[in-house]
This record gives sequence, C-alpha cells and structure tokens, in this order.
Amino acid sequence: MQRRQSSKTPKQPPQVHHKNQTDLSAWRKGGRTDPEKSVQIHQSPNCQKNDSKQDSLEQALRYFEKVQDRVSLKKSDVLQKHLTTVESIALQRGLPPEGFDVLLNVALSGKLADTVNTRLLKSLVPASVIPENSVVSSVSWLCVSKCSGNVQLLFLRWLITVFDFIDHKEQLHALYGFFFSFLQDEKMCPYVCHLLYLLTRKESVKPFRIRRLLDLQAKMGMQPHLQALLSLYKLYCPELVTITLPGKKKTYFKNSEGPWKAAINAVRRRNQESSPVSQPLFLGTAQPQSRKRKWNTQLIIPASSTNRNNLEEDREKNRVDLYSTNESLPLEQLQTFSQLLQNIHHLEFPSQMGSVLTNPLLLHYMNCIKDESVYLRLYYWMGQTLREECTWCVADNNQYEEEFKDFLETVYKTECFLQEGFSSCEEFLYKSLPLWDGCSCRSQVLRLVSWIPLSSFSEMKSHLYDPLAQLFFTSSLYFKCSVLESLKELLQNWLNCHVIHLDSESDSQVHSLNTTLSGLVNVVAELIHFVGWISTVALRLENNPTFLLYFILDFYETVCDMYLRYNLPLLIMPPAGVFYPALLSMDSVSLNQLCYIMYRYRTNLVAAKENELSKKRILQFKFSSQTYQEYNRYIIAMVGCLWTSSAFQKDIHPQGLQMDDELLKKTTAQEFKTSFNIVYHPAMMGYAVLFLQQAQPDDTTLNFSLIKGKKWDWYLKYLYAQGLKGLKVFIESSINRISQASHSKAEN
Amino acid sequence: MESADGAARTLLSIGRLSRGPPFGRAHGRFGLSPSGRLLLPAPRSQENADPQRTAFLLRKQWTLYSVSPLYKFSNARLRDYARLLGAFIAAEKQKGLAVEVGVELDIKVAVSSLPDLKGSDQDQAAILVQLSSRSPASPKNSEEKLVWSGWFCCVSGDELSENVPEDFTCLPLFLANGAESYTSIVGSWFQKTFDCSFCRLAISPLNLSWMAAMWTGCKVDKTASAMELVFSVPCLPQPLDISYAIHPEDAKALWDTVQKTPGEITQEEVDVFMDCLYSHFHRHFKIHLSATKLVKVSTPIASAHCDGIIKFLQSQYLTGVLMLLTELAISQIQ
Repeated sequence: MQRRQSSKTPKQPPQVHHKNQTDLSAWRKGGRTDPEKSVQIHQSPNCQKNDSKQDSLEQALRYFEKVQDRVSLKKSDVLQKHLTTVESIALQRGLPPEGFDVLLNVALSGKLADTVNTRLLKSLVPASVIPENSVVSSVSWLCVSKCSGNVQLLFLRWLITVFDFIDHKEQLHALYGFFFSFLQDEKMCPYVCHLLYLLTRKESVKPFRIRRLLDLQAKMGMQPHLQALLSLYKLYCPELVTITLPGKKKTYFKNSEGPWKAAINAVRRRNQESSPVSQPLFLGTAQPQSRKRKWNTQLIIPASSTNRNNLEEDREKNRVDLYSTNESLPLEQLQTFSQLLQNIHHLEFPSQMGSVLTNPLLLHYMNCIKDESVYLRLYYWMGQTLREECTWCVADNNQYEEEFKDFLETVYKTECFLQEGFSSCEEFLYKSLPLWDGCSCRSQVLRLVSWIPLSSFSEMKSHLYDPLAQLFFTSSLYFKCSVLESLKELLQNWLNCHVIHLDSESDSQVHSLNTTLSGLVNVVAELIHFVGWISTVALRLENNPTFLLYFILDFYETVCDMYLRYNLPLLIMPPAGVFYPALLSMDSVSLNQLCYIMYRYRTNLVAAKENELSKKRILQFKFSSQTYQEYNRYIIAMVGCLWTSSAFQKDIHPQGLQMDDELLKKTTAQEFKTSFNIVYHPAMMGYAVLFLQQAQPDDTTLNFSLIKGKKWDWYLKYLYAQGLKGLKVFIESSINRISQASHSKAEN
Repeated sequence: MESADGAARTLLSIGRLSRGPPFGRAHGRFGLSPSGRLLLPAPRSQENADPQRTAFLLRKQWTLYSVSPLYKFSNARLRDYARLLGAFIAAEKQKGLAVEVGVELDIKVAVSSLPDLKGSDQDQAAILVQLSSRSPASPKNSEEKLVWSGWFCCVSGDELSENVPEDFTCLPLFLANGAESYTSIVGSWFQKTFDCSFCRLAISPLNLSWMAAMWTGCKVDKTASAMELVFSVPCLPQPLDISYAIHPEDAKALWDTVQKTPGEITQEEVDVFMDCLYSHFHRHFKIHLSATKLVKVSTPIASAHCDGIIKFLQSQYLTGVLMLLTELAISQIQ
C-alpha cells in the first residue's frame, strides 16, 4: 500500500513539482513507480489550483479503493463528488498510471452500479502509460464475471483502444488462451477477435485454435472479424490454414475507439504544450512530420532501414544456393557497438545512404569498408540536398534556415567523425561561396570550409580564396577571426591527412594522383601565403587589434612547426605585415606568442639543417636559403627590439624599423636608443613597473634604468614567472648569453 | 544534321563535368554552358526507331526532373518493381494499413522498358512507369484508364555513365505527366528503393535560347505552326508577359544567315540569333527584350517552359531534344 503514503507527505512548493515534471523516465519503468512523482507529473507548474486537484484526485482514488458495498449514486454525494473529480481530471490531463489499478478493480468488480462503472471506464484516459499489472488483474475480474455484459464489452473496447499505451505486453500474451476462450460469447466475439488480432504472434497459432475458429465460422457464418483473425493465422502459418479467404476486405473490425480516442489525443496535445519536456508519449515512434512542401525534399535525413530491394533479391539467391547461411542483420536491430562488432561480416548498408549521417554505428562501419559505391551514393544524395536546400542560393528557402543549419551541422559532425571531407560538400562550397552573404549559417559554413579535402588543384584560388577574401575584407572583425580560425583548421586537417598518408606510404593507392609531395607542398604554401596576405590587409584595416592578432598568430603556430610535427618539408615565415605588428604590439600576449613562434621556427630550421648535413644523399626538398635569410633578418630585428636596444640601427629588413639617427633625433623622443628592449617595450613596460614596485617598494620614481646587471636577471625571472613562456624559450634559445658577456651587454 | 549519329560527340563541351571516383577531382564542373553543341541528331537508325512506339510521348506536357544514378536497379526485375510499387501506392493511399503484396489493387502499375530512346550504346534503355486505374464498379471490365505516366531516360549520357561503377544505373532524366501526388509517391518509392534523389529540372533562359536556335534550324515536313517566344517582364506589380511569334520560315531564314558550320552551333551564333530577334522587336515596339526574361519557347519541334515543362511535337526529333535535356539533367546532378 505504498500509494497511501503519498497523501501523507506534506505539500511541496510548486518549484519542486516543476522539477519532478521532467522526470518522465520514472513512469516508464513500470511496476512500482514513486507515486508522488507520477501523480504530479503532468501538472502545469504555475498554480495552487493544480495542487488541490491533485489532492482531490488522490482522495477520489482512495475512496474508490476502499469502497465496499453497493453505494447508490443518487444517495451518496461523496461518490458523486469523487466520480466527477475522476472524470474531469481524466478528460483534462489524463490519469496517472497507478490510477488504473484502482479504477479498473472497482469498475469490473461489480461493487457499484453499472452507470458508475460505465462512467469510470469511460474516463480511463491515460496520461502516459497503463501498467500491465492493472490490465492483468482486470482480466481476472472478467473471468469471474462479476460485472455485466455491457461493462465487459466496454472494457474490451477500451483495451483495444489503449492497447498501445500498455507498458508491457508479456503477461498479456500469457493470457492469450483466456481471451481466446471468450470467443464463445457471441456478443464479445467481435471485440475479442480484434484484441486477439492485436495480440497474435506466430507462436500463438495452434492447430486447436484454428479448428475452434473454423467451428465458430461454421456456426456463425462468414464474419469479418473471424476472417481477419483467420487470415492473420494463415499469414503466420500458411501450412496450417488451408481454406481460401476472399482477398479483398475493406474493414475487418468495427470501430471500437469509443469515447476514448478523442480524449486521449486531446490530453496528449495539452500535456505536450504544458510539459517542459515536450516528449511524445508512447506512440511517438513516428518522426515528427516536417513542414516541408515538396515531396522530393531532401532535408529530412532518411531513417536507416534495411534495403528491402536487396533482401528480396537475396532471398531469391538463397533459394538457389541452399548452403548460403549468409543472412544479414536487419539494420533496425543494430543498436550497440558490440552488436556491430559481432555482425560486421554480415551487415548491409541502409537502403538510403543518407541515413548514415545520424547513425554513428554505421559511420564506424563505413570507416572500415572500402566500397566506392557507398561514397558515391552519399555523394549524389548530399550534393543534391545541399544544392536544393541551400538558403542563400535558392529563393524561398530563407524560412528553412534553421533546418538547413542543422543539416550542415550534421554534415560537419560526420566529417569530423570520419576525419574526411565530402567531395559533394566541397563542390557545394565552391558553388555557393560566391553567392554567400557571410551571414546565413555562418559558423556552419566556415566549419565546413575546414574540411575541404586536400588536393593540389588550381581551382582553389578562384573557388575558395577569392570569394572568401571578398567577404573577409568587407565583414566585421569577428567574421575575420572566424575565417582565420577555420583556415587554421583547414591547414591542420590537411597536415594530418598528409601525415596519415606518409604512414601508409606502402599502399600507394591511397595517394591520389594529385597529392604527390610537391603538389601537396604547393597547395599548403598557397594556403599559407593566402592567409599571410589577408592577415596583413586585415591588420591594417582593423588597426592591429590584439584579438585579430591572436587568431593570426595562432595560425602561424601551426605553420612554424610543420617540418617537425607533420614531416612536411616546408616552412614559410610570416610576412612583415604580420611580424612587425606582433613585434611592436602593445600587448604582451601577442609579443609572447610571437616569441614562441620564432622559437619553433628556429627549432624546425635547425633540425632541417641538421638533416640536410647528416644525410649524404641529396634530399628532394630542402628549404631555400631565402627562408633562412628571412628568419635571420627577423631574429636580428627581434633581438634588437627585446635585448640589445638596437632595433633602429640593426634591423635590415626592407620593411623593418631601421632609421637614421638624424631622423630619430627629429622625433625629439628622449633616449630613443633604449626605447625598445624588454624593459621599455610598450608591451613589457607594465611588467617593468610592477617589478620595480615589488623590488623597491619605497622608491616611487620608477627609474627603469635601475633594471640592469643582477636586477636584469631578476627581472627576466620575474617575467618568466608571469607566464611569458614564449619569451623564455625565445631568449633561452636565440640569445647567446654567456653570463658575464650578457651582463656587460645589458649594461651598455 | 545527317552527320549526327548520337555517338559522334566531337563537340563535347569544354572540360565539363567528368567526375572521377568519389573524392576524386572533377574539373570545371561549375555549370559552365558549353561553347558548342551538335545540332539535334536525327533518330539513330531506322530499324529500331519505330515512331509508333514512342508516339504516345508526343503532345503531352512533361514535367522534368533530374535523377541521380539508381543504385542496384535491374532491368530484369521490372515486373517485381511494378508489384512492389503497386503495393506501395496502395499503402500510401490508405495510410497506416498494412497491404498485402500482390493483391489486386485499385491502381495498376506497369513498368516497362523503352529501348528506342537511346543515343549511344552505353545508354540504358528508358524505363516507363504507368499507373492506370480500374473502375471499382466493374472490376472484371478490362478497360483501364491511364492516370499517370513517367519515364526515365538517358540519351547520350556517356559523360555520366562512363564514370559510374557497375552497381549504378544512369537514367538522369525523368519526365512525368499526371497528378503530382502520384509523381510524389512514385518518386519517393524510387528514392527509397534505389537510393537516388529527384530534383526539379528548371531550364535557364540561356538554355531556352539555345533551344530556340537549335529547333529553328530543324526541318519540318508539313507547314508548321509559328514559333513563339514568351518573355516575362520583371519587377512589375502585375505580371506582364510578352509573346513574340515568328513565322517558322522567317526564323529559319534568319538562322541560316547566322549559322556558319552546318550541323554545329556555337554560343556566339545563338547570341547573334537572339540579338537579331531582339533588335527587330525593338525597331517595332521600342522594347528591349534583352532586359526581360525568356520564359517559354514554342517551336514545331517542341515547346519548353523555364519551370521545367516540355512538350514534344515531332517524333523525328524526340531523341535529339532528349539529348539536350539529358545534358542539362547531368549538369544538375554533378
């Protein structure tokens, strides 16, 4: 009697109820669910009124549970009150699962008058599910026939209508024989036939049942309901049912939906509206209908289903080849990864390849299978879908932007999963980017860009870089950053793909004609030059914001390490338009990032040089001396700027900082010679101030020239401790400090 | 045009649409219009082209679709397909009820092959799907009414079929006549069964002007009806269409002055031809047709609407028109 306890628990504040509402899963476990939760489940969260309704329903249920003797409806106000409560709540919100046991018991036990029983049965509208137990116990009431024939009929009709709402059906199947025995009742026969029709499985078909049905048919004549059941039996066991049945039959069963169907639908609709989780109840296996207008609309990713066409063919084959036991696992049954592993040798792709997008198991399978037709099917489907549903290429598609976004998102996720770009997607981008406004589905489109497959192919410039550059220059700072981000991803994906190909060099088939090493180097170089160019322009347009610089330097963090990390014989220095804004940035973050990048360039170049020297044979690729020169010029500028305070004198880069002393004097800047080193650099000066404050708390004059000698070393340690790791590795690698020498240098 | 056996595709448009294997490269596939085309070829050879057998395709309005290659389609199983499609139609029509396969149904489906409609030997035979209804009143009466028909075809679609593995059947052009609800059911069934996708095939004004020029140059035996071009004026509160009718002989005379190499047409010639027509019109009505949109072309050979609707009028030129449409369908697929 757990149910009782619920009434004793004190009322809880509404927000707690609200919380409980989301816990729909509690209902599904069947058996004993926490009554409190389930009773409250479909309340709308807002009002006290519901609480009182709640109470009155509980009271009514308690009343019906206890009611002993025949109570006259006319004479008992209490009964009337509780009956109306049940009716009104049932019609409004449906009844909770545990209500059915009580109400079915009372309605079928014959304790109350038939009018009451009928009204109770008619109000049995489920809010979610109906526990199987309650149905089983009511069948036992039916067997002892305490209730009248009308109530029995009404119960059967109810059972047929709500059949799909019963949470389990195993025990119900066990009662098949009981139901079958009701066939002899002439009135009940049509409904029992219908119920059996719903319950029948292949194993339920037994010769004695067939005989019984045929007897009944002989007695009652050709009845549609008997025919229905017989034809079902025949379908399951054609060898047992030998009679011929008329082929055409419109309706076998009378409409037994009764008063419930409309109420169930209304309750469902209402509950879905008010419930915070608009989860379809039990019948919701069908996918929600898309509001699309065209029949050949492609945006709905098809559900995976077995290819019937092939199945049939296979069956034909099997007839010939009796030894073949190679039956494939229906895709609908494939639910877990272990199932995939067990059945991987006899799996089949779905009838519509597009469905793999939403089925991770099939994507795994796809990863293992090298079948050209798989990709080709996907290629055609996806190409057509992208083309037809593109919101900026096809007029009238604007309203479906959300759907299209979701679709692009799914495609992107699939590409990430497979670590591979789709060529249909690539073509879509090439075709649609020139028309793109840069706004609709922005993040999705830019993410898809990062999966454009690697290939050396000259169309890249006209199809990707040109349209992208146009949008890039005319769009906001954030757009620029996102473009840089996705181009960085693109570069990384290419490099990863190259590394994988290197690993599997032996099977050269993987290498398509276009991805020879020199081709690859050219394509990657083209991308890096493109990014260098747009970055230079963007920094000027936007006036060197740190935010933008971060994304640019982030890109170069990948570029500077290509030789060592990705084994690609290519290093490209950033253009001066990127290098100098970073070097002279007001922000230590950018400067630190630049230091790190230059350090990695150095490491890569040194490694390349060593390889060149150590290997006797002539390498196919080596870095041109130009790269080394460029690096050296940058290093001179950097060392001058951060260490030796000689940026204006020593910088030899044509776009660099070199200036005549005469010119510098005209600026009237004092001590221009020392204006750039790790103390005076505008990005570092803040640290210098803090350092002085800590080192000499009493001295408020902030005399920067005090940072020298030992203090210079302390200052460096201070900077490293502040997290300037890039600066640290740069100074440690690129600045030759033999302790004393450096001291004297610093003191100069 | 006698020269033109469909197989002689010397003019294959420049660098178009050849697709390699998946994830391979396809070059220049971005919908460039070909710079030159063959004139409509006459039917391939007389022996297998009985005009009677394709006569039922004439003088009907066909709605055009492009269809991506059909996966695991087999010409040997047409009868099975008819049965399955029949059951599918019945099931769709009475949503939700199970339908037994193979039972007599209200709508009868016939799937057959039309071997005449081919351009080259590589082309698949066209597939015809017909739905006919039986009157429920007298089921034994054999009279059946054709309610819908549709056919898949490929005329000189080597470009596509050469690049597709065995499991695929290339029939890139689909034409439907009848209620759209049936098109939708049949199309969905094909999409589900053969993992293909259907797409409406619109005809761009550029391609319509190609058709106007190509079809003007064709000889027609009898005194033919006028050639008509319909233009729609954009950006008006009410739609305004301009119809421009030309006597076919006049048009032919104009075309003969424009065309340089017999049997072959270039984009330039098409432009010159249309410009001549436009300037003639401008001289009389002071309207620049070049500022409007060409929406429909009707000639004695065929008539085509930009929405992707076509009507064939001469069985002699049926394959020729289909060849052009196949080309358009392929360029939409790839």
